[in-house]
Amino acid sequence: MKSLSTLAAVACTLALGAGLAAQSLQINGAGATFPNPIYSKWFDEYNKKNPNVRINYQPIGSGGGIRQITAQTVFFGATDGPMTEEQILAAPGKILHVPTVLGADVPIYNLPGVSGEIKFTGAVLADIYLGKVTKWNDAALAKLNPQAKLPATDITVVHRAEASGTTYIFVDFLAKTSPEWKKKVGVATQVSWPVGVAGKGNEGVSGLVQQVPGSIGYVELIYALQNKIAYGSVQNLAGEFVRASVASVTAAAAGAVAKMPADFRVSITNAEGKGVYPISSFTWLLLYENPKDKAQSKAMVEFVKWALGDGQKFAPELGYAPLPAEVVKLELAALAKVRVS
Amino acid sequence: MKRGSQGDLGFRLVTGAFAVLIIAIVAGIGAVLTSESWLSIQKFGFGFWKTTTWDPVAGDFGALPFIWGTLYSSILALVIATPVALGIAIFIAELCPASLRMPLVFLTELLAAIPSIVYGLWGIFVLVPAVRQLEIATPQFLKALPLFSGPPLGVGMLSAGLILAIMITPFTSSVAREVLKSVPIEQREAAYALGATRFEAIKAALYYARTGIVGAIMLGFGRALGETMAVTMVIGNTPRVSTSLFAPQYSMAAVIANEFTEADTALYLDALVEIGLVLFAITMLVNILSRGLIWSMTLSFKKASEPAAPPALTPPQPEATA
Repeated sequence: MKSLSTLAAVACTLALGAGLAAQSLQINGAGATFPNPIYSKWFDEYNKKNPNVRINYQPIGSGGGIRQITAQTVFFGATDGPMTEEQILAAPGKILHVPTVLGADVPIYNLPGVSGEIKFTGAVLADIYLGKVTKWNDAALAKLNPQAKLPATDITVVHRAEASGTTYIFVDFLAKTSPEWKKKVGVATQVSWPVGVAGKGNEGVSGLVQQVPGSIGYVELIYALQNKIAYGSVQNLAGEFVRASVASVTAAAAGAVAKMPADFRVSITNAEGKGVYPISSFTWLLLYENPKDKAQSKAMVEFVKWALGDGQKFAPELGYAPLPAEVVKLELAALAKVRVS
Repeated sequence: MKRGSQGDLGFRLVTGAFAVLIIAIVAGIGAVLTSESWLSIQKFGFGFWKTTTWDPVAGDFGALPFIWGTLYSSILALVIATPVALGIAIFIAELCPASLRMPLVFLTELLAAIPSIVYGLWGIFVLVPAVRQLEIATPQFLKALPLFSGPPLGVGMLSAGLILAIMITPFTSSVAREVLKSVPIEQREAAYALGATRFEAIKAALYYARTGIVGAIMLGFGRALGETMAVTMVIGNTPRVSTSLFAPQYSMAAVIANEFTEADTALYLDALVEIGLVLFAITMLVNILSRGLIWSMTLSFKKASEPAAPPALTPPQPEATA
């Protein structure tokens, strides 16, 4: 791939020399599938404005994105979970994490005859996924939902089959609200699930939940919105029960600004603040701070600036929450670290 | 003359090179899988084959639930598909009116042309709910058996076995049909000449064609072992060893497809590649075993055909003619 991009550069130079075309630049990236719809939209819109820059993105998964940028087979990566210390050490250069938009997970369930939304806390969700709360009329759930007539049916736990950023966000929240989850299961894109059955993708999870009465699962907010699936509300750190929405997810990022680390590798699940939806997360682009190809670097930085500015307006219509202005400000300052010449 | 022999030599070299290439590819795949999974092989050793933990967080991996799930689902598919596929093959080759033959052949082969993701979707939306109804309707005394225990989820081993059975049926039946068609007409004529009924004549033909039929069955089995997409959509993807048909389980091909993209540590990735190595080894083993079975059958067939009595007229189970 490296030789390919060199080839492309050579081809560009030739084309320039021959005066055949304006300077045209191809930038390759790979990574998370979750932000793929907004990234595709961005690359497409950006290409309309800047026909000489073409950005290619392969949604191969966060793990694959990190592997490929580490191996320098792509110019940029993308991930739903920040790189670990170990992964950062493995990379040949310093990598900048650039938050682009926000997403969230919502709990969905199938309870025939129960109307109104069910309220959850992180601790109860963790106990359900640990196999400790096994009935819908368990005292812990009944206490949170006094208005609902919860049946005595067994809870069937549904989770994602494949490793995914969606799972990472969900278990990250569970680990923050349940010490037992943190100790027994931990946080990763795929974990050793104590109980439950797995569906592939958001569609697999929601398909199972819709078919099995008494089941509970989690899907991305976008997926629930687009498919009009009802979902429950979750208690945040301030004690409020909040429904996920574009506004409450953006609020989670705003709540995290005060404690934002310089490298943006931050988990914003269970964030502080009012009106914050607690199972929210950034998704990141990964850029080398000092890449070899400065022409690509310059174009990429220009693109990122556009995505953080004008590009954000495309987020809500696709179900993503835009970044709060404070975060964008911090990011623009950090982007100055990327060498473009 | 010289020219001709040179051409012969060239032809021999070219075809020989292709044959060597195949061996080199197989050996190369084995070598790459081994070297790419080296971390995992070193860390877990032979224990990888027999432990049931699959914990990416702790970095502790074992392949047993996946090996179990792959073999269970494939054998289940074989048990369901073989009688059906052979029935189709016998009907088309021996009994079917000529006007029905072409449409039937076309339809069974059409089944083979459907992409597996389509089978998977059909599985989720049609098969799984139906299986769930079946599981709900299972009487209590049966549910007490380990074979039928567990809550009615729909997804699980039974759905996986059924969908695999549907997928391998066209392969087994097409090959079995061709094998039956290649049984010399003299075999049947001889049987009829000796006063055999139609059923007995077909049995004689089946006996004559038995090595080919075993080959057809093994072809289906091989396909079932490696099937990924349709299985992962209905099997439940839960790495647990269970004898229950109703329990969600997992398969080797499915776990690789599901977790490869997000495998974020070197050990995790190597463990997944080692699952690939195990699948490779098991597929080879199954092929070698079936090859051996066919060889031993051909051998006994040759021995049996040396005496004057043609094998076609010595059906293996004479009592079945009743």
